[in-house]
Amino acid sequence: MEAIILQVLNGLDKGSAYALIALGLTLIFGTLGVVNFAHGALFMIGAFCAVTLSRIISISRTIIDDSQTDFLGNPLKVDVPYVYDWFGQATGDVIIDWAVPLSILFAIPIMVAIGVAMERGLIKHFYKRPHADQILVTFGLAIVLQEIIKYFYGANPIPTPAPDAFRGSFDFGAAFGFDPNVIIYPYWRLVYFSFAAVIIASVFAFLQFTTFGMVVRAGMADRETVQLLGINIDRRFTLMFGMAAAVAGLAGVMYTPINSPNYHMGMDFLVLSFVVVVVGGMGSLPGAVLAGFLLGILESFASMREVLTILPGLNQIIIYLVAIIILLTRPRGLMGRKGVMED
Amino acid sequence: MSKINLTRRSVLQTGAITGAGLALPTYLSAASHSGFTNAPTGDTVTLGFNVPQTGPYADEGADELRAYKLAVDHLNGGGDGGLMNTFSSKALQGNGILGKKVEFVTGDTQTKSDAARASARSMIEKDGAVMITGGSSSGVAVAVQALCQEAGIIFMAGLTHSNDTTGKDKKANGFRHFFNSYMSGAALAPILADNYGKDRKAYHLTADYNWGYTTEEAVRTSTEAMGWETVAAVKTPLTQTDFSSYIAPVLQSGADVLVLNHYGGNMVNSLTNAVQFGLREKQVNGKNFEIIVPLYSRLMAKGAGANVKGIFGSANWHWSLQDEGSKAFVKSFGTKYGFPPSQAAHTTYVQTLLYADAVERAGSFNPCAVGEALSDFQFDGMGNGPTLYRGADHQCFKDVLVVKGKENPTSEFDLLEIVEITPTSQVTYDASIFGGELGACNPGA
Repeated sequence: MEAIILQVLNGLDKGSAYALIALGLTLIFGTLGVVNFAHGALFMIGAFCAVTLSRIISISRTIIDDSQTDFLGNPLKVDVPYVYDWFGQATGDVIIDWAVPLSILFAIPIMVAIGVAMERGLIKHFYKRPHADQILVTFGLAIVLQEIIKYFYGANPIPTPAPDAFRGSFDFGAAFGFDPNVIIYPYWRLVYFSFAAVIIASVFAFLQFTTFGMVVRAGMADRETVQLLGINIDRRFTLMFGMAAAVAGLAGVMYTPINSPNYHMGMDFLVLSFVVVVVGGMGSLPGAVLAGFLLGILESFASMREVLTILPGLNQIIIYLVAIIILLTRPRGLMGRKGVMED
Repeated sequence: MSKINLTRRSVLQTGAITGAGLALPTYLSAASHSGFTNAPTGDTVTLGFNVPQTGPYADEGADELRAYKLAVDHLNGGGDGGLMNTFSSKALQGNGILGKKVEFVTGDTQTKSDAARASARSMIEKDGAVMITGGSSSGVAVAVQALCQEAGIIFMAGLTHSNDTTGKDKKANGFRHFFNSYMSGAALAPILADNYGKDRKAYHLTADYNWGYTTEEAVRTSTEAMGWETVAAVKTPLTQTDFSSYIAPVLQSGADVLVLNHYGGNMVNSLTNAVQFGLREKQVNGKNFEIIVPLYSRLMAKGAGANVKGIFGSANWHWSLQDEGSKAFVKSFGTKYGFPPSQAAHTTYVQTLLYADAVERAGSFNPCAVGEALSDFQFDGMGNGPTLYRGADHQCFKDVLVVKGKENPTSEFDLLEIVEITPTSQVTYDASIFGGELGACNPGA
């Protein structure tokens, strides 16, 4: 029982990341009809927004400490962050410690700008081209973006820890009557899950309860009619692209304390997120979220030692296995509209 | 007075037999082969540096490349001479190799065996490289070593830690200076017993490729020999990034030690995840839960950040060593690049000098002559103490470092502290235990 609860919890945070990325992918596919293989790169750029802000906050002046020496025996150069000078060491330490949550504010405008620039500068030229062309150009863009990041930040992972207040783990076992030390779960993963839930709810609320969202939904259903009503739907769809980029970026920002970001992290999530979209139903936002969590949890269960003993390697194929079954039995996905992917 | 009958025929016969007799020992020595792959003809010689310039180990590859460039500079008489000043062999004079200026070409392994073989082949066939060196992965090293054997080129392995490289996959044309999994296990086990006791239950997470297997086997064998029990060993995919679903079951297994047979990004992520799950704060079986990383790398420790504090592992070399060789290399490298070298940089630099020295001593670039010069070569002054390049498997035997993540680092480079320098005798093993055959040296063309 404890093992099952633990794997469900594990699946939730993994599923949160899948759901957030898949949500953005679905928004773009549903509005613009573009299959965006650069979406994983947006997740990665979001993570590097956190790295960048963390470095900006830590910009330092160098003082020479004659009492210590460096590896060559020269007097040691010690970096003193400017935030110490401006706010005092105690406050400066808190600001540096909270770099990742602060990065949310830093990342939103950057990601929206990148999303809009991407859409206006490149992707709009491929609207009427076949999906294969869109995949090729966006996949190429993803490689370019990750190489740019590697050029500036190197290839190795960069540790970007959570604030001290969120380090450690919560003992669910002790809290809910099981043995202590058996069902434990890191605080930051709980934060990530909650954050994902808030973002997903916000996106749905925005689309459901605002005029802008209503127009976008109308455009997703029938673009031509909305345009005939004199509404500039293209501009709204461009903004939706920016919003989808921001969602992916925020997923990346908050993921940095879970796994140290590296330039390749977007590719690790990209294919899985596409599978999530296919399983959930192309163009279906609730389907993307449902499939994200479902596949995250399934993947966790498939990684259990007891399962791997019977079916070695199942964890590597479970998601694709589900995708095959769904495509064979229900091509439109779990919550896809009738007719989509069923031609 | 005896009469000697000299006829034209007898003189020719005697001359031919005498000449052949005199020539035979020379002919049988490898150095005399006139034909070998990429024999240098001009006043330069080209070495091939095959390192990961892209992909997950690109930073290690970059450090290796820095070290290679430094070695070439020193071989050609530039800089301060680095380890040439402390090397026990004095064959190198700073005038290139056998008087030929050293040039180099580089290839990108991408940490993929097929890409590494393709770039090595290109350097051999198009650029005329007479020696290939490099790599940051055992899979790559084994693949390129086999290629060099077929091509008749010496392969001086870079950072490769699997037993297989000089075990079941060893080749006559391949040589490794870096230590291996067996040595890590043998060096670590006594330290682990001293610090954590002999009654421990270990849970292994192992990268699913040949380095992972040999490291798990080495650590299991060594720790079980001192009384530890292995409760489970789980293979993890090399592409795994989130290890939470593998770490969660550790808590229910009854294990009180987690051994992470991971390297590179895998190590960074699995260690980070394990620390996030609070394993290090847990008490299991009345003992503190402990984590072990058998192979440490400073560059990877940097990626894992504060999570490495207090965690034991092993290393081939560390910049904080205080022997004359290490100090000379750190000074040379640090002055040129502004930061201390990694162990990947050290082993690749040393391999380049060892190759050049072997050529000088052999008096030939012929790979068979070089191989003979390297086999059973004993040297000192290269940063690891007295070292033997064992002829039976072409593996270097030297001291091994047991290191620990530093509790209070003073700089971004000061991440590991040396706990013990394990003597060579403790990590030496019989060359036959891992199987494989060196085979015959192949000079190529």
